[in-house]
Amino acid sequence: MLNNITMGQYYPVDSRVHRLDPRIKLILAIAFIVIVFMAKTFLGYAVILGFVWMTSRLANVPFRMLLRGLKPLRLIIILTFLLNLFFTSGETVWVEFWIIRITREGFLQAAFYSLRLVFLVIGTSLLTLTTSPVSLSDGIEILLSPLKKIHFPAHELAMMMTIALRFIPTLLEETDKIMKAQMARGADFESGNLISRAKAMVPLLVPLFVSAFRRASDLAMAMESRCYHGGDGRTRLRVLKITKNDWIACGVMALLLALIILEGIFL
Amino acid sequence: MPIEVRHLTHCYSEGSAFRTVALNDVSFRVEDGEFVGIIGHTGSGKSTLVQHLNGLLRPTSGDVLVDGEDLNGEHVNRRALRRRIGLVFQYPEYQLFEETVAKDIAFGPKNQGLSAEETAERVRYAMDCVHLNYEKYAGRSPFELSGGQMRRVAIAGVLAMRPAVLILDEPTAGLDPRGRDKILTMLEELHARENVTILMVSHSMDDMARLASRLIVMSEGKIVADGTPREIFAREEMMTSIGLDVPDAARLCALLRAKGYDLPADLFRPEELKDRLLRLWKEGSSC
Repeated sequence: MLNNITMGQYYPVDSRVHRLDPRIKLILAIAFIVIVFMAKTFLGYAVILGFVWMTSRLANVPFRMLLRGLKPLRLIIILTFLLNLFFTSGETVWVEFWIIRITREGFLQAAFYSLRLVFLVIGTSLLTLTTSPVSLSDGIEILLSPLKKIHFPAHELAMMMTIALRFIPTLLEETDKIMKAQMARGADFESGNLISRAKAMVPLLVPLFVSAFRRASDLAMAMESRCYHGGDGRTRLRVLKITKNDWIACGVMALLLALIILEGIFL
Repeated sequence: MPIEVRHLTHCYSEGSAFRTVALNDVSFRVEDGEFVGIIGHTGSGKSTLVQHLNGLLRPTSGDVLVDGEDLNGEHVNRRALRRRIGLVFQYPEYQLFEETVAKDIAFGPKNQGLSAEETAERVRYAMDCVHLNYEKYAGRSPFELSGGQMRRVAIAGVLAMRPAVLILDEPTAGLDPRGRDKILTMLEELHARENVTILMVSHSMDDMARLASRLIVMSEGKIVADGTPREIFAREEMMTSIGLDVPDAARLCALLRAKGYDLPADLFRPEELKDRLLRLWKEGSSC
């Protein structure tokens, strides 16, 4: 019932991409985003598409898993496409009707901008599909740790993220269970108007909040009894190491960057 | 209202890397008035099975027939069927939400569309079934009760719908011995007095020895044994091989037999073992 949420869902297989250092992967993902913005032509996009496809093959992640991440954003992508299609001025008019004016330039720009969004989502999905939430927030913590100098709570932030991510599936499961339990008592979550539906949420939300608070207090107690006292002087179980694999990945990304820069100069 | 399960198979996350087969070709039939225990190791598919019996989960293949009607048929009113098959989930106290005990128990009957008087009468009936004093508890918040009491309130919430079949998933899990005994006594009475068909999932073989008239043993999504407790508990080897225990009394009996005591192999209730041992002891001391 509630298991169709893909954004940020880890795809647990083993691959070269999965084994990359999360810090490197984060930096590469940022680099990828920059590269997507640098690309100026469809040829550049073809190169990027090739890169994404190759990476997903290398990561053992089916391409349709990547596309599934687009689903929650489909409205924004379609809106981007339509806005650009109707409101870009151009020379070659394809369709002219009442106030609607579709030009060749408008169409190309619409396609270009919506493709850019698609690539951004796919690229970041690749990161989250191949990196477990725990190592992801590990990576973020280390990348943010220079900011500790100005009293930025990098460790606490990462810990909060880890816990939040960790409890999303738990709370989803809990929601599913409570929903079923109330349905077994004749609750109806699906029909009725807006008000009666909102009312129907009470038997779901109250137990959910109660259980979230109970879990939070249990967790705090468990952490405290294991002497957790924040990030100061804390060592890690898994020390991150840069391997040959990571350098290769950086090399590939540098190559992609070079190609896109060349494309910008010569086309 | 007999329940029949035919070749039921259920897979979670069909068509992805997370696909797991939870139930694999399960078939059985439960008659009116039976007290069936469903036992099995963690992950053997018990809870999945139980959720099929009132249509909360849809089978991947196979049928669930209630009173001869296909639960997943097109023209079946699932909500109407659900009120005749009461399902009490694991840790049901986590589903409580109302301000008072009485209001919470009334949630089910209200959803059935019963009148205020009838609902109030049902609340009294249900609280009586679970041994909660109406005057004392009806107006209190369910969140200030003890764990065992909260659980009884939750069970009352299901009983208030007066189901013909009551299904309970681990009703005694996490309770202290007294809370556990109260729940079991209550179920015993309910079964004897109201002739409600009861299906109970449990890890506790001692609970089962006390209550069940029939046991269904599950392992890895399949039914591996189905029979009376006497038949099942005599097969200690089969039970250990799938990671289950036999009741303490049955184990003690087996140990004594191994030492050469003259006891039958199929004792599993503490009282009957006690009687046998006392008789043996008297015979021994008389000669």
